Amino acid sequence: MIKKVFLIGNPNVGKSVVFSRLTGVRVISSNYAGTTVEIMRGMLKLGEQEIEVVDLPGTYSLEPASKSEEVAVSLLYEYPKDEIAVINIVDSTNLERNLYLTLQLLEAGLPVVVSLNMCDEAKHNGVSLEVDKLEKILGVPVISTCAVTGSGIKLLLERIHEVKPVLREKFSHRQRWQDIGAIIERVQHLTHRHHTLREILEDASVRPFSGALIAIGVLFVSFQVVRFIGENLISRIADPVFFNLYQPLLAKLSHFLGEESFIHHLLIGDLINGRIDFKQSLGLLTTAPYIEFAMVLPYIISFYFVLGLLEDIGILPRLAMLLDTLLHHLGLHGFAIIPVLLGFGCNVPGILATRNLESRRERFIAATLISIGVPCVALQAMIFGLLGRFSGFYVSGVYLVLLVVWLILGIILNHTAKGYSPEFLVEIPPYRIPSLATLWHKLFLRIKGFLIEAAPLVLLGVLAVNVLLYFKLFDFLTGIFAPVVKGLFGLPKEAIVSLVMGLFRKDVAVGMLLPLALTAKQLFITAVLLSISFPCVATFIVFFKELGLKDLIKASLIMLTVGLVTGSLLNFAIR
Amino acid sequence: MKKISLRQMKEKQKGTICDIAAGQALHNKFMSMGIYHGREIAKISSIGLKGPVAIKVGRSVLVLGHGVANKITVEVE
Repeated sequence: MIKKVFLIGNPNVGKSVVFSRLTGVRVISSNYAGTTVEIMRGMLKLGEQEIEVVDLPGTYSLEPASKSEEVAVSLLYEYPKDEIAVINIVDSTNLERNLYLTLQLLEAGLPVVVSLNMCDEAKHNGVSLEVDKLEKILGVPVISTCAVTGSGIKLLLERIHEVKPVLREKFSHRQRWQDIGAIIERVQHLTHRHHTLREILEDASVRPFSGALIAIGVLFVSFQVVRFIGENLISRIADPVFFNLYQPLLAKLSHFLGEESFIHHLLIGDLINGRIDFKQSLGLLTTAPYIEFAMVLPYIISFYFVLGLLEDIGILPRLAMLLDTLLHHLGLHGFAIIPVLLGFGCNVPGILATRNLESRRERFIAATLISIGVPCVALQAMIFGLLGRFSGFYVSGVYLVLLVVWLILGIILNHTAKGYSPEFLVEIPPYRIPSLATLWHKLFLRIKGFLIEAAPLVLLGVLAVNVLLYFKLFDFLTGIFAPVVKGLFGLPKEAIVSLVMGLFRKDVAVGMLLPLALTAKQLFITAVLLSISFPCVATFIVFFKELGLKDLIKASLIMLTVGLVTGSLLNFAIR
Repeated sequence: MKKISLRQMKEKQKGTICDIAAGQALHNKFMSMGIYHGREIAKISSIGLKGPVAIKVGRSVLVLGHGVANKITVEVE
């Protein structure tokens, strides 16, 4: 009786897509190795029976090379072999490399069914596989599938009951590859094709000059597109809804509650010049939803749309190769660029993605650099909001300062952090045309994740600020920090409230800055300081979970030091 | 026939792996990715003097960091 189904396979063969097909649980999938860092679980209805499906992080062999691979492999041996079925997902376009793991699974006596995934792409690439012959040779069910469209999944489920361990001689590594060579000879037929445009592009993007040109071009266009979509969503949809539909309703409510009442203070906040000001009023019904839905959400949508495209096309691993040398100076290797890019959306998944890095030292460096030097979407939206009305120089200035801080901090960490940083060894996937369905699901999941995680925090943050302001409890804080804030950073002492609140949630901090009427220089320094400090309370939590209390304290001290130094330097350097 | 490191190969040059100077763990990882003694590979490109190397092994494109690439010796025509 099968009680559990495991999905195992090489990185980037579409395990997560098969998992979604089997369980209906939507998970994020992309075109690069290591998208899934957590073990995903879901339920599958097989006849009358409910079976748990476990999606394991990708692995090349049963001899694990990284933390996530180790976890994957150990799980397989936890259950009696007659109670599990192992679906080995194989990339049909690259059967040879994938068979290594397949043979190991068979040798280990695991009950396996092989899913020859991406069969449509294989066909398109001129690779044809004799499925029946392969099934005979391996002695286990082999089904060709295309998880993105769903073809073959039904058959896969029907045949899952047929699994049983096969007796297979244990081979040495070399023998295994010889065996694979012989199998490939018999079941795989290649039709020769001319170089396609895609292959020319693939080659060009891993060469030094053409690669750098392509990378810079892609990043530049991506940034422009993110801003264009974000700005348009705000000016054409969000702002009109808030100002034309929502504000009149609130005005009535405000009138009804009476400006002086406490409940008015909580819900609407302060009236600015006798009117509700969505950015400054700081009420639960005014500033909280405005920040969330009109300032941040539009950029979340546009950022994740563009990131999803880049992920699914397969640009990120190539970017990793180009940046490898630079990242070496920071104690990382090229692949670390992927967690960093994810961090530009939200630091939390960025820090989670550092699980793909092998050593603890690398993970610490990467997580620290992400939480200090990489501004998340919410924060960037705030930077645009704060500095957008001054010349473009201020906005790009913040990014420039952050880049410099990021590089210097990385070099220092590389020279001081203990441990070793392993080398880059990664597979580069082919360029693929993204599937619209996958893109849409991914965008939907990420927006949902943002709303669930961020919205309650923003409400809570606005509420806390609101109450503390009402009872004038911040005066204590401003008193203590006045020398630093005023003396070193050249900011009014009240700015500390915003900086401290920023540790809780950056988007809450900005509403508190506007009433201070800061000059452009002061706003610039504040924006840099807000960017350097951890973006939100969730970042602290995930950092603690992933790297422990000691590393969190270390990173927090680094953050304070970097903030102090950068803030003072800017204050004294800018006239 | 001469023996050179992956780094020294030219773009598009083909060769056969004849030595891998790595510990057991890295050896296993290489092995599982299809990099082993006697395997034919082709170099695609390398980035800068101390950057990574891209090679084609079978139907896969693999990128190896500078240090890792130096551990692999290839026999070329």
